[in-house]
Amino acid sequence: MGVMKLSKTLFQNLFRKPDTKMYPVIQREYTERTKGHIGIDIENCLFCGMCARKCPCHAITVDRNSKTWSISRMQCIMCRCCVGYCPKHCLTMENTYTPPSTTKVVDTFTFVPPPAEEAPAETPAAE
Amino acid sequence: MGKRTVIPFGPQHPVLPEPVHLDLVLEDETVVEAIPSIGFIHRGLEKLVELREYPEMVFVAERICGICSFGHSWGYCHAVEGLMNIEVPERAEYLRTIWHELGRVHSHLLWLGLLADSFGFESLFMQCWRLRETVLDLFEKTTGGRVIFSVSRVGGVLYDMDADTLAEMVRTLRGMEPEIRRICQVFADDASVRNRLCGVGVLSKEDAYALGAVGPTARGSGVAIDMRMTCHGKYQELGFEPIVETAGDCWARTQVRVREIYQSIDLIEKAVERIPEGEIAVPVKGNLPENACFLARVEQPRGEAVYYVKSSKATKFLERFRVRTPTCANLPALVKMLGGCDLADVPVIVLSIDPCISCTER
Ligand code: SF4
Ligand code: SF4
Repeated sequence: MGVMKLSKTLFQNLFRKPDTKMYPVIQREYTERTKGHIGIDIENCLFCGMCARKCPCHAITVDRNSKTWSISRMQCIMCRCCVGYCPKHCLTMENTYTPPSTTKVVDTFTFVPPPAEEAPAETPAAE
Repeated sequence: MGKRTVIPFGPQHPVLPEPVHLDLVLEDETVVEAIPSIGFIHRGLEKLVELREYPEMVFVAERICGICSFGHSWGYCHAVEGLMNIEVPERAEYLRTIWHELGRVHSHLLWLGLLADSFGFESLFMQCWRLRETVLDLFEKTTGGRVIFSVSRVGGVLYDMDADTLAEMVRTLRGMEPEIRRICQVFADDASVRNRLCGVGVLSKEDAYALGAVGPTARGSGVAIDMRMTCHGKYQELGFEPIVETAGDCWARTQVRVREIYQSIDLIEKAVERIPEGEIAVPVKGNLPENACFLARVEQPRGEAVYYVKSSKATKFLERFRVRTPTCANLPALVKMLGGCDLADVPVIVLSIDPCISCTER
């Protein structure tokens, strides 16, 4: 009995594909909810600082004057508090990871105002 | 009487990733006394309540243990909700129950693998962990994390699961069940496994009760205590009955955990059938009440855990947060089991209480 069971498992293991993924060739699919990294739609940000105040790890810094929003990636614990508290819903939890790094990465996003409406290009030529 | 020798076991030991140190007093090959010492991995998490507001503290509580992470965050939320008299919506309680039971399946599969590893059955270890991976995928799909979920909030949960996801979860678990049964059959009747487990580390029912053992350690000795019999979660509605074995040896404790895996799958299925529609969280605002305390008890995969919270001023900071984890309660029983065993059985016996020293020291 024991030998039968053993040989069944043995043959299964011999002819089955490995359970691990052949990583660089086969990439893992992330789910919709996977906690990858925090993304920001900087165009909509008010620079109100609510996310920075509600972050339990003080990972976010908001500067209203220079219109920058920065996040210390290593400090973030992916709790999604900032996503919930942002009044403009401009923060999202993206499901991909940031690239591995050997230093404590701080990502900074700066709001660049769109170029001011250009003056009408064609002025009627003076006769 | 032979000469007595003292052999140190741990805190770094090949079979035991948990840093517990035991001084084993031996007479020939027999252990006459075991003196445990812990304190190698203290992280001071309880002290952090003074620096973190009560809604943020749930993320610290979750990190007490990497395996029962959902249970710890639930225990903390349960305690704070009790302190503030918050009524949690029905649906949130059901969702918590489902995630908690899913955590139990993952924890027990992990433990079965570690046990197999402790008596040198490598392939069984791999098979158990392979099965566990499916459960982790379910966690990732529903909460976003494999180990740390961050879905518990004071007052409810962050995410809902729709009917399709719930049905899919039950289908996946039911699909896994035959394979779990096939693998757990090895723990039940393989001769070499039984040789290592049967009659090893026997704990009598009286000792288990007197030494305050909890969880599968107590239930393996015939003491039917399980916090799921009390009013936490939705276990009453799901018709929960504790699983008890009477032999009191390592094999009985293994069987309790194996049967609890099937029971958890049943409980998840029942919860999915009964889950009501509705809110998943109530908004929680304001300060904590003055001079109040609350004690919450939750059944973790390893046994009963106790969460005590105390607030003295009407601020957002608790004054005291105290956790008594199951391994802490099981250590006296472990010392009792080790008396009189063979040196070669020590790793198996230590593992049979499912020790989690990191959560014991917090
Ligand atoms: S809370 Fe939202 S709007 Fe306010 S600073 Fe943060 S990202 Fe910008
Ligand atoms: S996910 Fe949590 S830890 Fe990360 S930046 Fe947002 S609030 Fe801070």
